[in-house]
Amino acid sequence: MGEGIYTKREDGRAFTDVRSMKANVGIVPSADGSASFETGKTKAIAVVRGPRTLHPQHMQNAQTGILRVSYGMMPFSVEDRIRPGPNRRSEEISKVTEWALSSVVDLSGFPNTVVDVFVQIPQADAGTRVAGINAAALALAHAGIPMKEMVSAIGVGKIDKTLVVDLDKFEDSVFHDGEGSTDIPVVVTSRTKEIALLQLDGKISVDEFKQTIEMAKKACDDVLKVQIDALKNMSEVKDE
Amino acid sequence: MVKKGRQIVVPGEVVATGNEFLPGDGAYRDGQDVVAGRYGILDIQEKQVRVVPISGAYYPRRGNTIIGTIVDITFNGWLIDFGGAQNAFLPVAEVPRYINRNELREFLDFGETVVVKVWDVKARGIDVSMKMRGFGKIEGGMIIPVNSNKVPRIIGKEGSMIKLIQGATGCEITVGQNGKVWISGKDGDSEIATKKIIEFIAENIVISGLTEKVEKMIKEMGFKTSGIEIIAENTDEGSEE
Repeated sequence: MGEGIYTKREDGRAFTDVRSMKANVGIVPSADGSASFETGKTKAIAVVRGPRTLHPQHMQNAQTGILRVSYGMMPFSVEDRIRPGPNRRSEEISKVTEWALSSVVDLSGFPNTVVDVFVQIPQADAGTRVAGINAAALALAHAGIPMKEMVSAIGVGKIDKTLVVDLDKFEDSVFHDGEGSTDIPVVVTSRTKEIALLQLDGKISVDEFKQTIEMAKKACDDVLKVQIDALKNMSEVKDE
Repeated sequence: MVKKGRQIVVPGEVVATGNEFLPGDGAYRDGQDVVAGRYGILDIQEKQVRVVPISGAYYPRRGNTIIGTIVDITFNGWLIDFGGAQNAFLPVAEVPRYINRNELREFLDFGETVVVKVWDVKARGIDVSMKMRGFGKIEGGMIIPVNSNKVPRIIGKEGSMIKLIQGATGCEITVGQNGKVWISGKDGDSEIATKKIIEFIAENIVISGLTEKVEKMIKEMGFKTSGIEIIAENTDEGSEE
């Protein structure tokens, strides 16, 4: 490590540093739960509605409520406009977010219902799915949904030969020199520290991969701190 | 080990350690630990550890008063939409008068609004009753929506806030714990004034000394507050059931 051509990060961060984070809970008053999460220039908004009766009826599960996630990037979230509406990528991210969150939420007390989670990205600078998952976890907690624990997400990866935490847009998709860049979004649960989601886009050796996972777990602790802080200091409930 | 009560806890937070503690609503046990299973305020009574919700959708509990709309009529009762996960069922037997089973619509028709009491809460839905004083069909007045988590504050300690407003404006106020407030007065002006006061409370829920502020507002509106007996001062923690 450290031999490659990527010896210094563009924004001056250390390779294990996350971008500055900001979380806010209760941003949409009409929703049952809502939150925003920012890492650097990436912003995500999540809104939770439900539990409510699920229609069409054939999708209902008589044993448990179901979780339904919809992720989308706003047309103006990147420099060249994104065509609004579902596409292959947004459908994939909706599904993986749903799976990651399903491992902690418990909807067995609400049969035949659905909990809808809407994730929107008003500004994108790589790491939108992890920002979305962080926001969604906050919004679910805010909505009072029974959860075994929280989840925190972070993107880790490899740029040329250097292992890095929290890739930005340049590192994720502009950098193509040397061995190129590898992107690994990781979701870690807050108490048991289990991995709820793991994706990998690019090439990485087994040893390096193990190292990046350790880096991700450490970074997720920082993310969790920001999340817990946002929940405990929500203005709506904090009084006296 | 046990954490101090009345603080905000997040899901996955270990709130007590030791076999003597019992996980109640919103908490679960994992080995020695009692863990918060939802976001809310920690409530420890004796060895019972609960997490009381402070946000999110309304979950009905036995004894709650709710206001809802008739959405369906079955052969032996009515289905009421009250904004929860499921509809509430009002059986014919829980209505305090004789009903012809062939003519259920004569008593309650689609779209009509009722005040009912939660009788039984099951995973599949809730049963409600009308068989007590103060429950029944709503006619006249207005219904305003509020956040269901703010209802305890609107009611005030032992109903102090409601009594204060009722005494001043002369309007009848019925608060549904599902976040619906029914105001019924003799004229539209007093109803609108009452509505404004309740909306003010809902918006300023975290302000300390809310009761005084509401009193001041009532006076500014030209109503009298003297002669109204107020049970509790400024600490409007609300009537938790």
